Amino acid sequence: MSKSTARQVLFDPLINTNPITLQILGICSALAVTTTLAAALIMSLALTSVTAFSNLSISMIRNHIPSSIRIIVQMTIIASLVIVVDQILKAYVYEISKQMSVFVGLIITNCIVLGRAEAFAMKNPPMLSFIDGIGNGLGYSLILIVVGIFRELLGSGSLLGYEILPLVNNGGWYEPAGIMLLPPSAFFLIGLFIWGVRTFKKDQLEEPDFNIHDPNHEEAK
Amino acid sequence: MSQDTAQTIGGPIGRILAMPNDSQTKTIVVALALCLVCSIIVAAAAVGLRPLQEANKALDKQRYILSVAGLDISGNIQATFDQSIETRLVDLASGDYVEEMDAAGYDQRKAAKDPQQNLTLSSDVDIASIKARAKIASIYLVKNGDTITRVILPVHGYGLWSTLYGFLAIEPDGNSVYGLKFYDHAETPGLGGEVDNPKWQAKWNGKQLFDANGKQALNVLKGNVSPDSKFFQHEIDGLAGATLTSRGVSNLVRFWTGANGFGPYLTKFKNGGA
Repeated sequence: MSKSTARQVLFDPLINTNPITLQILGICSALAVTTTLAAALIMSLALTSVTAFSNLSISMIRNHIPSSIRIIVQMTIIASLVIVVDQILKAYVYEISKQMSVFVGLIITNCIVLGRAEAFAMKNPPMLSFIDGIGNGLGYSLILIVVGIFRELLGSGSLLGYEILPLVNNGGWYEPAGIMLLPPSAFFLIGLFIWGVRTFKKDQLEEPDFNIHDPNHEEAK
Repeated sequence: MSQDTAQTIGGPIGRILAMPNDSQTKTIVVALALCLVCSIIVAAAAVGLRPLQEANKALDKQRYILSVAGLDISGNIQATFDQSIETRLVDLASGDYVEEMDAAGYDQRKAAKDPQQNLTLSSDVDIASIKARAKIASIYLVKNGDTITRVILPVHGYGLWSTLYGFLAIEPDGNSVYGLKFYDHAETPGLGGEVDNPKWQAKWNGKQLFDANGKQALNVLKGNVSPDSKFFQHEIDGLAGATLTSRGVSNLVRFWTGANGFGPYLTKFKNGGA
């Protein structure tokens, strides 16, 4: 791996190497917790802090982790951090933690966290790893927040609970798009987002793995 | 800490840090040390934050009681609760109020687990699959001045994955349901989790627990209630894709409004005597 600067490590994951749009990691929770913007924000905060601190602590002991149990060591650290975050959420934002139910616990299995620990924190010094964790957390947050804004605005006509588009039910004019509250809508939005990003960043386009044979275009043997 | 600094540390810790990473001893020591540190952190967080979490839980419960009672939950929960809800204890077997215990400090969930304070249910009466219930239950009287406008009964029972804990609000006739809400469950989000859906909860409003002969009649169907069903007053749409959760809800309501639940109390409550 080439030497990376703190600046690159922090900002690259926002668009250039975004964990959701480029690496297609962490989709599961991005579908589940983005029905309201508030939940998306809390989830972003939770994941960013877990990624940053797991990177930091794994990097600090990276020279002493026996390679035979390294994944277990990483998972133990990540799991402990997630439990701590879960407890903090239950103590300070109880309503939202109830709404997110199992998805906070599922940060443990979020590929972004383990991916960064294994790919970056095991090979880089603590401060740089910490910044890498924040950067990737922010990249994830960016997508979550954009998807959360669209889903809450179009699905419930509000943002952070404040009414923006007055609903027909409450005597307004906006008929909410119910599909926006269902998980598939997040799939569509993330898909559109990836399309948008790759239109502007051609280098993110992937070559097709396989071309269907075209009989009209016979190739010379 | 890198390996260079590790070598400068003396004593047994330095010796272990200096070992090759994949030696058996170091693997075991690293694993043990990691577990120890992680468990201390997790335990500290859990114990340190418990008082705050308990307070949140209590407040959340009060919010659910107010909302199932149809009261305003936008203001100060605690104040509204103190003003319009009276907590009483009921001896389930006789249906009489228990005066000699402190209602505010009573924990029914704890009592249900204590062999001194619970009643083990045999499998033929235990339709809610709760195994044992507390002998004494908390109930919440909704008051408007001095008149009792509704009574709220805590109910719980097994769904598909989890025990659902909720509140059932009943009108003064001891028969009509005002509302049902669950404050704690772990059913599948989107399927059984739809017990939280306000649209479904609204279907409970006005349904009758008992038929004209005083027999239990309330039933959550599989599928939708036909508008010309002769049991229309007693039937509620099942949740799509959540047959077992729907059945669990049906069973737990029947259990708690039946003879082994609040049945005796409801009879007395209806007659205004309890």
